[in-house]
Amino acid sequence: MAAKKEADIRFSKFGTVSFTAITKVNDFVDFLEQGKVMGSRCKDCGLMFFPPRADCHNCLAGNMEWFEVTGKGKLVSYSSLAFAPIGFGDDLPYTIALVDYGQYKVFARLSPGLKPEDVSVGMEMKTVANRLPNGQLNYVFERA
Amino acid sequence: MREVAVLGVAMTKFGVSDKTNLEMFAEAGLEAISKSSLNPKDIQALFFGNCLGDFEEGQLHMAPFAHAELGLPTGAPATRFESACATATVAIRHAALLVGAGIYDVVLAGGTERAAGMGTPLATRTFAMACQAHHESSAGITFPGVFAMAAHMYAHKYGIALSELKRHMAEVAVKNHYHGSLNPKAHFRKPITVDTVLNSMMVADPLQLFDCCPFSDGAAALVLAEANKARELVEKPVFIAGTGQASAGSLYLQRDLTRIKAREEASRQAFSQAGIGPQDVQVVELHDCFTIAEILALEAMGFYGFGSAYKSASSRETYLGGKLVVNPSGGLKAKGHPIGATGAAQVTEIVEQLRGECGERQVNGARVGMVDTLGGDFGTVCNIILRV
Ligand SMILES: [Zn+2]
Repeated sequence: MAAKKEADIRFSKFGTVSFTAITKVNDFVDFLEQGKVMGSRCKDCGLMFFPPRADCHNCLAGNMEWFEVTGKGKLVSYSSLAFAPIGFGDDLPYTIALVDYGQYKVFARLSPGLKPEDVSVGMEMKTVANRLPNGQLNYVFERA
Repeated sequence: MREVAVLGVAMTKFGVSDKTNLEMFAEAGLEAISKSSLNPKDIQALFFGNCLGDFEEGQLHMAPFAHAELGLPTGAPATRFESACATATVAIRHAALLVGAGIYDVVLAGGTERAAGMGTPLATRTFAMACQAHHESSAGITFPGVFAMAAHMYAHKYGIALSELKRHMAEVAVKNHYHGSLNPKAHFRKPITVDTVLNSMMVADPLQLFDCCPFSDGAAALVLAEANKARELVEKPVFIAGTGQASAGSLYLQRDLTRIKAREEASRQAFSQAGIGPQDVQVVELHDCFTIAEILALEAMGFYGFGSAYKSASSRETYLGGKLVVNPSGGLKAKGHPIGATGAAQVTEIVEQLRGECGERQVNGARVGMVDTLGGDFGTVCNIILRV
């Protein structure tokens, strides 16, 4: 009898609180552990996805490869939160933000060292892998 | 498509309730059926809205239980709709579509929600469940945070000092609290000032407590019927002139947070079906979950040019007596925001406005009204245009 296949729950290591342990693109978490923030790109049409997707809606197929989120994006906007959902209170205050890389956008927090008064809409930012105080993995924005 | 009309409408008082979701919905539903000169046995389908009942009350699969509380016939299917804050509007739109298509002649639609009892941290978390779970909710996103991001971007894009924008945003809250003070069903009935807003605690920079709608409990329901049937049953049927609905994915797919694309498309559909434009509307109930949200909605629906609606409340154009009355009920801000019921309460207000039943907050001469509801971080928008 074949051994029961173990569930791939690597995504449980992602985020302050992970709500969803599984995904077809779980290698994303291994890359993050190596310090790389990765998206997926369709090998057929070149469409880039971040967060990574396993399938391309343009080609109706799943012929994907990984690419690293590198270089500069522009800060779309940001907000520093004084209230958090239950489970996130220990992280307060933290600043959520959206960065536009042109072909895709990234939603994350500002690096804890970066104060909201240090940023402005349109500013150039980079995305870096990060480890949270509770040991979980995420990615954050720093000044490019 | 057959013409569809609204018959009886009803809502519970919004606020903090000690009733269950089903008890609140039964109250509103039975009143709506009774006001339609109908009995529960006449209802052919139930379009039921609820978002968080499974989480808040441990109650999944609530639609058939609501059906039973109302004593509807076994042959009348009861279906739950969930589109975050746009839940009830989407339920009502689909009810109207199926009556219009000739599948049913008389149906009940609406929604119910309990959110006040959860406390702020848990309620904030359950609301954030309407954001993308893998990459947004896991980062601690909150709805005030999303709209706060839109406010920062609005100030930057249109070259308005944040302090100036915040004063104009505060005027939106002042207006909606004033309107709410005239609505016996509103969660908050206390007028406020710009200083009330600007001195309140910070929630998500730049949004302060009084920029935000409350967590509320409440239910609302209405009967829809084929137009000729409606004319036989009620004195003042209100007709559905057009509806629209559009979808846009999660926040990380949006490039410009001041332009809610799903709303631009949904309102375009609704206006096109109704054969009218924004200039033909006298009263709007729109999705002011935050003060900046009212400004963005007015622009996306075409009532104001992009970058110009921020002065709409300060200029008093959107007050009772103004050229376009916005949220005469008090809006989500003051009437309250039990998310699964909100759209049905918005339709209830517009129907009562068009029937001239709103007393102190009546919009004089209202003949065309519009409902606008947004769900999630810009993912769903549903619009309904009503006329006498
Ligand atoms: Zn492709």
